[in-house]
Amino acid sequence: MIAASLGNKLTFSEVAPDVALARALQMSRPEIIAEISAAQLKGRGGAGFPTGVKWNLAAAARSDAKYVICNADEGEPGTFKDRVILSEHADLVFTGMTIGGYAIGASSGILYLRGEYTYLRERLQRVLAERRKGGLLGRAIKGKPGLAFDIEIRMGSGAYVCGEETALIESLEGHRGEPRNRPPFPVDTGFEHRPSIVNNVETFAWVTCIFDKSAGWFKAIGTARSAGPKVLSVSGDCAKPGVYEVPFGISIAELLDLVGGKGARAVQIGGASGVCVPSSDFHRSIAFEDVATGGSVIVFGKERDMLEVAHNFLEFFTEESCGQCTPCREGSRRLLDGVEQLHRGSCSTTHLDDLCALGETMQLASKCGLGQSAPNVFLSIVAGFRNELLGRVPASQGAAEKAQKELP
Amino acid sequence: MLITEHERLKQDIAIWSEGLGRRRSSLLPILQAIQRKYHRVSNLAMQMVADALGIHPSEVHSVVSFYAFLDERPTGRFVLRLCRTVSCHMAGKARVAQQLRNDLQIQFGETTPDGDFTLEWANCLGMCDQGPALLVNDEVHTKVTPADVHHIIESCRRTFGLHARIAREART
Repeated sequence: MIAASLGNKLTFSEVAPDVALARALQMSRPEIIAEISAAQLKGRGGAGFPTGVKWNLAAAARSDAKYVICNADEGEPGTFKDRVILSEHADLVFTGMTIGGYAIGASSGILYLRGEYTYLRERLQRVLAERRKGGLLGRAIKGKPGLAFDIEIRMGSGAYVCGEETALIESLEGHRGEPRNRPPFPVDTGFEHRPSIVNNVETFAWVTCIFDKSAGWFKAIGTARSAGPKVLSVSGDCAKPGVYEVPFGISIAELLDLVGGKGARAVQIGGASGVCVPSSDFHRSIAFEDVATGGSVIVFGKERDMLEVAHNFLEFFTEESCGQCTPCREGSRRLLDGVEQLHRGSCSTTHLDDLCALGETMQLASKCGLGQSAPNVFLSIVAGFRNELLGRVPASQGAAEKAQKELP
Repeated sequence: MLITEHERLKQDIAIWSEGLGRRRSSLLPILQAIQRKYHRVSNLAMQMVADALGIHPSEVHSVVSFYAFLDERPTGRFVLRLCRTVSCHMAGKARVAQQLRNDLQIQFGETTPDGDFTLEWANCLGMCDQGPALLVNDEVHTKVTPADVHHIIESCRRTFGLHARIAREART
């Protein structure tokens, strides 16, 4: 583990995107993809798909047009690292997209920015204009004849599900943000049926770092199956919330030390679609092979009522389910009803078990990642805090009993 | 000659669809432009967009009804969206919400009778380390306290109406 990369200072601030781009453009297309594969970079949005494999498939696809899409629809509760990266290191992201465009043979890039981040758009447009002026975007990038690439910004309109890559493409095409069946995958049937790579903001930034530093540098950080550093967004009950760069493989306990979250009773890793890890499991590590995350870490202190947490997340899913498939649409609603019953103290053990079975059905039967992960938080809170959820005395009844006792 | 709202809307849609290209993928940006200028996407606007892009109006409606930031009903000049997701919840969003209700005299999902303010819930605004977060149109406010609510509303009011006119006149 490299201690130097711990903490608030991001590697991104010491990287020269121009150097990275120049280096990448000296390589052939297969060499670029080989470099990404050698670094073992996996997608930073949360799913962890190997970036080299994705790019290779898109590079091999034959088409009159291809697209590089940057997923900046950062809607996962507790995630804000992409906002910070776009505010402070936009050049790295755009450089990564340009390298991607060269690698797969695309001349168009699209940054899909969530509507909630509209205040970033003007700044990003200025960065793009500067890059066009500097010959880093446009007809002949860095004077390389025939190498054309440009990036446009498209805005979302307030839909969490559009962070799912096929829903994002649907949205770009002017449809409801309803996820598609996969396969076919975007690498061969993406935006307007053309091969497209969809990568997270952070993934593109790391691509630039890999060409500035090296694949070896990147691979040396992290674990065998989760290479490289990861940018986390930490919030909740801790002294120092914010953005942290850590090596993959860091334990939850170590992270809590770093952010001043000692004494936490649980940590939500991976946002609403992630899992709730109770303090007994704080030895577990943040990595694709253990507790995976797209970057969201929410700390719950000693006093937190975990049922309230489950309630908040299920309200979120009830609201954000696109409604296309039944397990997700109806299941989220039923789980929310169940949490409300638990809160009122009127949920039988049998019913709670039924709800857990329903949650497992949602994991199996939902169409996309949103529905498949919607029950995770409920299931992990039931598993970790069952005793705390059952047999609650409703507030009104509690007050009545207390009043009874106080009678002379 | 007085241009009616109807004609202005028609002109705008023609300009936007020409600028963005009359194809399906331009639909969302066109709708976003309408929302921004007119604070809603009315039935009439949906029909005009459908005509401009050569698609069925129900297709346009299906898109408008899907996205939280597109409204069929009129919304206020200022749309206040308070983040209700877990980090902002733990940071005390409930009291900010209550003060917003008190000061605006409306519930969430409603618009003030003067058409100035709409109050909405938002899901995660990406300000989780600085909650509670409040989005006022495109501008984000962080670490909002119940006492801040009044100042935020007043600063909105200062950008239009009598106050703004006096400020404009003072400048010219």
